[in-house]
Formats: sequence, structure tokens, C-alpha cells
Amino acid sequence: MIPLEHFLLLSAALFAIGTYGLLARRNAVLVLISIELLLNAVAINLVAFATYLDPGRVAGIIIAIFVITIAAAELGLGLAIVLRVYRLRSSVNVDEVDTLRW
Amino acid sequence: MTFAQGTFYVLAAATIISALGVVVVRNVVYSALLLILTLSLTGLVYLYLYADFLALVQILIYGGTVSVLLLFALMLTRPDQYRVRAHAQWPLAVVAAIVVFVVLAYQALATDWLGGRTPVLERAGPDVLGEQLFGPWAVPFEIASVVLLVALLGALILARRTEGES
Repeated sequence: MIPLEHFLLLSAALFAIGTYGLLARRNAVLVLISIELLLNAVAINLVAFATYLDPGRVAGIIIAIFVITIAAAELGLGLAIVLRVYRLRSSVNVDEVDTLRW
Repeated sequence: MTFAQGTFYVLAAATIISALGVVVVRNVVYSALLLILTLSLTGLVYLYLYADFLALVQILIYGGTVSVLLLFALMLTRPDQYRVRAHAQWPLAVVAAIVVFVVLAYQALATDWLGGRTPVLERAGPDVLGEQLFGPWAVPFEIASVVLLVALLGALILARRTEGES
């Protein structure tokens, strides 16, 4: 049997990698991809806790299904916004979209 | 170490390596393809957590739908020759990522999760999930469908070409 901690460490590693991608990438689509990695890491945690600590009930797995649903909605909307920005600016570099910056 | 444990660690290593590939490769199309690989491998990780239905959902949705959506977005936005460099301040991002990992890993290892109990590993099959989803979780389920509808309409309106635009 694999200890629960090892799933948590895997999830922590994926979350850290996602954080790096979120901060270091400049292409808006790649930023969205990094957010997918973060959500995925959280879903692993949810399922691990549901399986190890909550036998008989499946709340964690159901919340993970909702996470996948919301991730799909978020990605669809995010990509629509990216397409919009690309048409306005001919660029998807997040550093160049700084009209609201003071 | 049993065979199942061995395969789990190989799988975990493969997941982490492919996730690293997602955030470091220069070519954005490779990045998207590696994301599909990472998410599919995560689907296999769910098998080790006795969540076979979720594994199936993960591979179907991410492998089949999200990947196509991402690749379409990449093709439509035509980033310069599909090659990108990291932000100039990427060392700070590395520091932030390491801090996040250390905090999460410390908490994961320092906490006594099971409290002396032995975990009862049970398979949550589609029948159990269905009963739960349409019983106690019916309201969140319906709200999720409304959220999806709103996101669909919002994406359509946002991405629509308006007059006078090239």
C-alpha cells in the first residue's frame, strides 16, 4: 500500500511546478496551461484524502469531478479572452496587456 | 516493495518530469502536448487511489476535449514562430515555486493524517458516485450545469468578431 504522504508530495511537486509556470511564462495560453496544472494538483489531493480518510463516502471524488468541470469552463472563457486580446493587440504576451497599470 | 508500489513511483516520476517539461520547453505546441501527457498520467495516478471512474473522466475530458481546445487557441493566436522565452525574472519564479513546495511538503509530512487508524481503501465505482451525485449532491450538480452554460455563452460572445475588426 502506498502511503498517503507520497500522494501529497506528488501533488505538492505538481503545484510548485504549476506555480513556476504561472509566474515565469509570458504567453497567456501557457499561463492558462499552468493553471490547469495547479487545479490538477489540487484534485489529486482531494481524491487522496477521500480515499484514505473518508471511506464509504465519496465527497472528495465528487468535488474532483466539479474541479474538472470548472476547469473546463475556466479554460473556455480564458481562451476566449486570449483570442480577444490577440485581435486587439496582435500579441498574447501578458506583459504587454498593461493598460490598467499605473 | 511490491510491483504495484514500484509502478506507482515510476508513474509519479514520469508525471513530474512531464509537468516540468510543460513549464520549461520553448515550443508552445510541445508544451500543450506535454500538458495532455501530464493530465493523462494523473488519470493513471487516480487508479492507485481506487477512483477508476475519475481516471476515465480525466483521460476522456483532458485527452479528448481540453487538448483540442488548447491547440486551437495556440493555432489561432499564432505566437511568434511558436517559440517563447521565459520571463526575465524567472529566478524569482523558481524561488516562489521552491517555497510553495517546501511549505506543502513540510505540512504533508509533519501532519499525522491517519491518527493511528489504518485506512480502509474502498473502490468508489460509478454506481456509488451516481447515487451520491444525484442524491446529496444534486444541487451543486445542477449549478455546475448552469455554470457550464453561462461559460459557453460567455465564451461565444467574447470570441465573436464584431464589426470593424480585422
